[in-house]
Formats: sequence, C-alpha cells, structure tokens
Amino acid sequence: MRLPSVLALAVVAFLAIAALAPSALAPGDPLAIAPLDAFQPPSLAHIFGTDESGRDIYTRVVHGTGASLLIGIAATAIGLGLAVVFGLLAGFGPRWLDFGTTRLLEVLFAFPGLLFALLFIVIYGPGVVTSTIAVGLSTAPGYARIIRSRVIQVRTSPYLEAAVVLGRGRTTRIVRHVLPNVAGSLFVLATLGIGQSIVWASSLSYLGLGAVPPAAEWGAMLSAGRTYIASFWWMTFFPGLFIVLSAAATTLLGRAIQQRGRES
Amino acid sequence: MSLVTVDDLSVRFGATTVVSGVSFSVEEGECIGIVGESGSGKSVTARALLGLAGRRAVVSAAALDVDGTDIRTASPRQLRALRGREIGYVSQGALVALDPLRPVGREISDSLRLHTTMTPVERRARVLELLADVGVPEPSLRAGQRPDELSGGLRQRAVIASAIALRPRLLIADEPTTALDSTVQAGILDLLERLRDAGTAVILISHDLAVVSRLATRVLVMNAGTIVESGPTARVLGEPRHPYTRRLIAAVPTDRPRGTRLTPAVAAAPAAVSTAAAAPVAASVAAPVAAPVAAPVGNSGTAVAEDTESSVSTPGATATPEFPKTPGDAGGRAVVVAASRLSRRFGARLAVDDVSFTLERGRTLGVVGESGSGKTTVARLVLALDRPDAGDVHVLGEPWTTATERERRALRPRIGAIYQDALSSFDPRFTVGRILADAVSHGRSTRAGDEVAALLRRVGLDPAVAARRPLHLSGGQQQRVAIARAIAAKPDVIVCDEPVSSLDVSVQAQVLDLLDELQRDLGISYLFITHDLGVVRHVSDDVLVMQHGRVVESGPTERVFADPRDPYTRALFASAPRIGGWRAPTPPS
Repeated sequence: MRLPSVLALAVVAFLAIAALAPSALAPGDPLAIAPLDAFQPPSLAHIFGTDESGRDIYTRVVHGTGASLLIGIAATAIGLGLAVVFGLLAGFGPRWLDFGTTRLLEVLFAFPGLLFALLFIVIYGPGVVTSTIAVGLSTAPGYARIIRSRVIQVRTSPYLEAAVVLGRGRTTRIVRHVLPNVAGSLFVLATLGIGQSIVWASSLSYLGLGAVPPAAEWGAMLSAGRTYIASFWWMTFFPGLFIVLSAAATTLLGRAIQQRGRES
Repeated sequence: MSLVTVDDLSVRFGATTVVSGVSFSVEEGECIGIVGESGSGKSVTARALLGLAGRRAVVSAAALDVDGTDIRTASPRQLRALRGREIGYVSQGALVALDPLRPVGREISDSLRLHTTMTPVERRARVLELLADVGVPEPSLRAGQRPDELSGGLRQRAVIASAIALRPRLLIADEPTTALDSTVQAGILDLLERLRDAGTAVILISHDLAVVSRLATRVLVMNAGTIVESGPTARVLGEPRHPYTRRLIAAVPTDRPRGTRLTPAVAAAPAAVSTAAAAPVAASVAAPVAAPVAAPVGNSGTAVAEDTESSVSTPGATATPEFPKTPGDAGGRAVVVAASRLSRRFGARLAVDDVSFTLERGRTLGVVGESGSGKTTVARLVLALDRPDAGDVHVLGEPWTTATERERRALRPRIGAIYQDALSSFDPRFTVGRILADAVSHGRSTRAGDEVAALLRRVGLDPAVAARRPLHLSGGQQQRVAIARAIAAKPDVIVCDEPVSSLDVSVQAQVLDLLDELQRDLGISYLFITHDLGVVRHVSDDVLVMQHGRVVESGPTERVFADPRDPYTRALFASAPRIGGWRAPTPPS
C-alpha cells in the first residue's frame, strides 16, 4: 500500500473512533461553556483554542464527527439506494421504462445538486434529518446513471446470456449475477461519495439549514466562527480542516480501492 | 551472405527463458515458416530480430544479423532506420494495429514521410499505388477511411501495405491471417506469395500448418522455446521426424474422416465401459476403444450393419482408434431440433433468410460460412436468445421460439451451449467449482460436490481445478470447463458457436476429440457452427453452407465436400488452405 493510502486509512480510523467513542479522544463536554476562557488561541490546554463561549474547539470538533459522518454515510446510502432501484429499473425493465427514467434523470441533472437539496429543505423545513435526505436525493441521479450503465453492461454480457441458456429466471439472474457484479463498483462509489456528502451536509449546516447551534457539527461551527474569522481564525480553521481531511481521506481510500479493483 | 543470420539466440524474461538455442538463416527472396503453439516462442524470436523483444527481455546470441546490421549492438537510431526501410513487420492482431482515429492512407504514408524525402503529392500517389498493389479496391476512397470503416481483410491489407511501403527486403508476418475468413485468408496468402515472388524475403509465423505449408520453402517447428525440427517444407510435413511435429500434423482436422481421433488416446476406457454396461447394444461398439488392438478382430463379426463403414473403414490405423457411431439407422432417428423457414431481419439487412434444417439425436449438423453469413444468428435463434421474424424452431417436438421464456424454462436444461470465448461466458466472480455446481443443481446450490469432481474428470480436468477461477486457466481448459457446464444438465443437444476458433491446433484437436467422445457416450446432438472447413468436415454428419443469410447448399458432409454443387460452396472449399498445398515460386519473367 502506498503512503497516501496509509495516511488516509489513519485519518479514517481516527474519525471512526471519534464518531463511535468521542469521549475516548476528548473527555470534556462539548457544550460546557466557560465565558472567562472565551477566544483563547490554540495552546496546550486548548489545542484548537476556544470559541466565543469558551467551549473547547477540539472537544467540539471530535464530538461533531459523529453527526457529520452519520450525515455523510446516511446521505450516501439514501443516494445509492435510490440509484440502485433506478438503475435496475432502467437497465432491466422494458424499454419505455428505461427511456422514462433516463429522461427524468436528465431533468434532475439540469438542477445543480445543492439547489435541489435547498428546494427539498424549503418544503420540509431545516434539520439534520431533512438535510440528510436532501443530500441523498440530490446525489442519486449521478449514481443512478453510473449504475444503469453498469447494469446494462452486465445484463448484455455473455455470462448472463449463458445464464439464460441454463434456464435461470430473471430474479435469479439479478440476484446471483447482476447485483454482485454491480456491487463492486457500488462500494467504490460509496467511499468516493461519503466525502462529497460530508461537504454538502456541512454546507447546508453552514447555511443554517442542517444541524442548528449549539449542536457540535462542523458546518454549524464554521458558520458560528464566520463572524470572528478576521480576529480568531482557529474558530473556523479547525472545523474546516476536519471537513477537508475527512472528505480527502475517504476519497483517497475510494480511489485506492478502485485502483486495486482495476488491477486484479 | 544471408539476409538474416541467427545463431544460438536466447531470450529471457527475468528467470524464465522463452527462447533458447535458436539458429536459422533466411536468404534473399525466400519464405521460411515458423510454426508452433502459443507460448512456443515464435513471436518473441521474430521480435528479437526487430530489436523489439521488450524492455525486460534479455537477448543473447552468437550472431543476430539482419542485412549486415548486428541487432545486438545497433543503436536505437540504426534500429529505427532498419525497421522502416529494410524490415517490414505485420504484427499479430493487425486488426487492432491501426490507429482507430486516423485514415488508413495517413497511416501508410507515415513511413514514407519518416524515411524518404517524397513530397506530400508523391506520397499520396505512392499510397494509392500501394493500396492497389495489395488488392484494396477503390484505393482513393479507402485511403480516406478510418479502420472501423474497413472489413477485416481490407484492414489486414492496409497493414501489409504500410509494412511494404518502403520495399523492404524482409517482411515478417506474425499470424497474418488468424481471425480472417478462409476466402479472405486465401487473398492475403496470395498477396504474400506475390511479394515473395517479387523478391521480398518473408518470415511467416503461424500456428496453422496449412497456412505455412502454402508459402514457405523451409519450415522451423518450435516448441517450448527451441526449434525441434527444421527443413524443407515438403520433407518436414511429408515425413516428420520429431514426435512433436507428428503430433502437430495429426492434430489438423482437415481431411481426417469423421470419428477419427486427432490426439493419441488417453484413458478413455472407463467411460466406454460405463456406456457398455448401460446400453448392452453398444457393448460391441464400445469395445474397440477400450482395447484398440483388438478392434478389427472384435468388430468384424459383431458390428451392427450401419457401423461398419465408420469403424472398419481404416482397420490399419490402430494408432488412432476410432469413435464408432452409436447404433441406429441414420434415417429414422428422433429429431431433437427442427427449424423451419427461419428469418431474422436487422434493420434493412436480412441476417437469416428462410433457413430450415433438422438435427437428429446423436448426430452433428455443421453450419459453415464466412463472418456475416448469419450462422451466429441461427445459433441465437435456436437458443431462443433472439426471436425470429418468421418461421419457428421446435426442440424435442415442443414449440420453442413461439413459447414464452417461462414455458421454455422447463426445456432449457435439454439444450446447452458453448461459445468461442469461453472465459467471458463465466461470471467473473465465480470459481470453476461454483460455475459447475450451479449448472448441476439447476441454480439451487453453489457448493461443489462429488458431481462437480466427476464432471471435471469427464472433460479431462483435474478436480482440483474446481477451486480456481476460469481467468487463471488456459484457453483449452476454459473451453473444457464450458463443455462441462454444458453437459452438466444432461442435455440432448448442444449448440457450439465457433468453440475451437480461438484455440491452437493441438488444443483444438483435444477439444474436438472430447466433443466426439461425449457424443458417443452420451448421445448428444451438436449444432456445430464454424468458419473452419477442416473442422466442419471432421466433426459433422451433415452440413449447411450459408452465405448472406441463406442456405446455399446442404446435405451429408461427405457428399457436399466431395461434390459441391453450389458455386459459392466450390469457391469456399477452393480457398481453404491445406497441408501440402505449397506452390513453387514462379520464375521471374
């Protein structure tokens, strides 16, 4: 394994621990305020500094990992789940259904993804759950298109024809041959997609449409620090750094898996 | 001095030696053939002559001279000059050797641009002249077209045109006709023959003895990196001394009667005995295989009348025991596949036009024709992978193409298929064991059991192969796995679509023998589709000759081959290269 992949793996491991057992890395309370310690620059006591209420930014960033990752993973799962359904319908259904779904996907493509997510939030109101669904919905068309082409590739392959000749029904062919062979690319798409979903979810929180303060969430923290960015850079820098790190690490890992899949 | 002198050439890749101790020479205007299976080192030898053995290759030789240049010490610049000017190279897979985005005329004029001082106008004229020389019709139109607009034969001609653009004194052609139809192949061989007669030395590399025997004055037979036999073509093919050469010649199916083994018999006995036990009538017939020496004696008294012609016709040939036909009279057998008046149209093109035939139990119907003649479409219609626009197919008396897929499913196990590209017909994630377990259990189990081991043994593979993935098997082994899968469900008929076309002659012989053996033991019928006339004559009882989607001639194989009535059939048969078809160079006029 090459160095970038090793580093990416280390970052992902750190994030995983932070998400599952945040207290192991940061024993403090992310919501405990200490007005006397407000706006402390990074030091040994507060390695990422403190915010306007004197809360430790390191603790908040670590405790916010869970929310950010969960949103990222859940949104990707929603996006991919929808995409698999669409992809299978388009790839396996009758021709008019393929035509219909493909055109629908093209219409959805015309909207910038974030705009589509905003539209959804406008209708259903802000919050963690709605923003997760919104991100999932807006990433689905992209995945659906990739999965559809992959499904068609497998469906028209000689080994699927061989399965027809052996007398296998459609359900057997989908379950035994199509889905497992599509799953490989699905896994790569998922790891690549989580990073993107984290960024999008953070963007929504930043706009005040996702997680709401005082909850420790990276995007929300960025938004809160924005007012003070000229004087107290650490308030925006460290949450921002974690967004970049998590997105970069999952993407790198996805690429590494893709590479290995191609070589074997 | 010879044009090419090779003395004690060795090529290593890391620790593996792929060519060792190879020595030969080529005189001006001479054609030599290098014959061997894939992996025998013939292509590497040719590439070493061009200084193209590869970056990781370690080439050593006592002498490696082409036209006075020592390849071992030549600088890259000298090599480049030599390659364009003195040696033309037609690489293997020439069908993909052309840049898909450039017109072929531009591709050909490249070497003129690099090696001569011709003006663009002169170059254009020379390109058209070259294309006309190699037999491309309408050169000015073709020169402006991209490779995908040309047929395989025209592409191959264009590659040769670019190789001979600078009138090289040596042309190296690596499998120049593999993957081409026989009439197209005949055209390319004619072209090479003309070049040879015009004074170009040719090194012709092929796994096909018939191709080599047509052109080469001398033949080198390579096996596992060494030359096992060399000499004048007529001598090597007429009285081969090395056992490997003999095996290679015996493997060629052309002109070998139906039911003759192409490979030495190996442990076919247990299978024959089990058949004998199951069907007492067949006992006397199966006996010769179990004990080849006793064949003429045992058979003469007890053979069923219809069997005599196939099993006693060559009683002296005890070295290659025969596959006697299963008893029963040829006229009144059960029909397993009946196609009537099939038509299939793709856009404006009629791919299959009014094709009818019947296939009887235990017999083989060969379908032969060139690419685009509609034979694969016929296979797909018979497998009900495609619907005919008119006509229908009955399988075992049941309506087949007119039924729904759900109705067909019950009958599916009775009709199997094997394909040219066995590997891509397997799910890439499956092991051999899982592929066969799935076939044996009709998709209900994926765990390989005793039945899978028995199947693997039946097709001559080690049961340990079950744990491996098809990707890591050789081409012949992959095809055996495909055959095992096809017979797993105990089918009555197997549709074989070019099953041996991508295999070496010797591997092809093994696969054909296996199919013959399975037919005798299990009574399977084959619909055997191929473009190879030698193969079709060897395997089939009846033959269907197709052209442009129509059946131009059909009948018992021996009748059709001995006395072809249709002009197309006659042209097709005339174009098939056969061993011993060597023509002496015409003296320059």
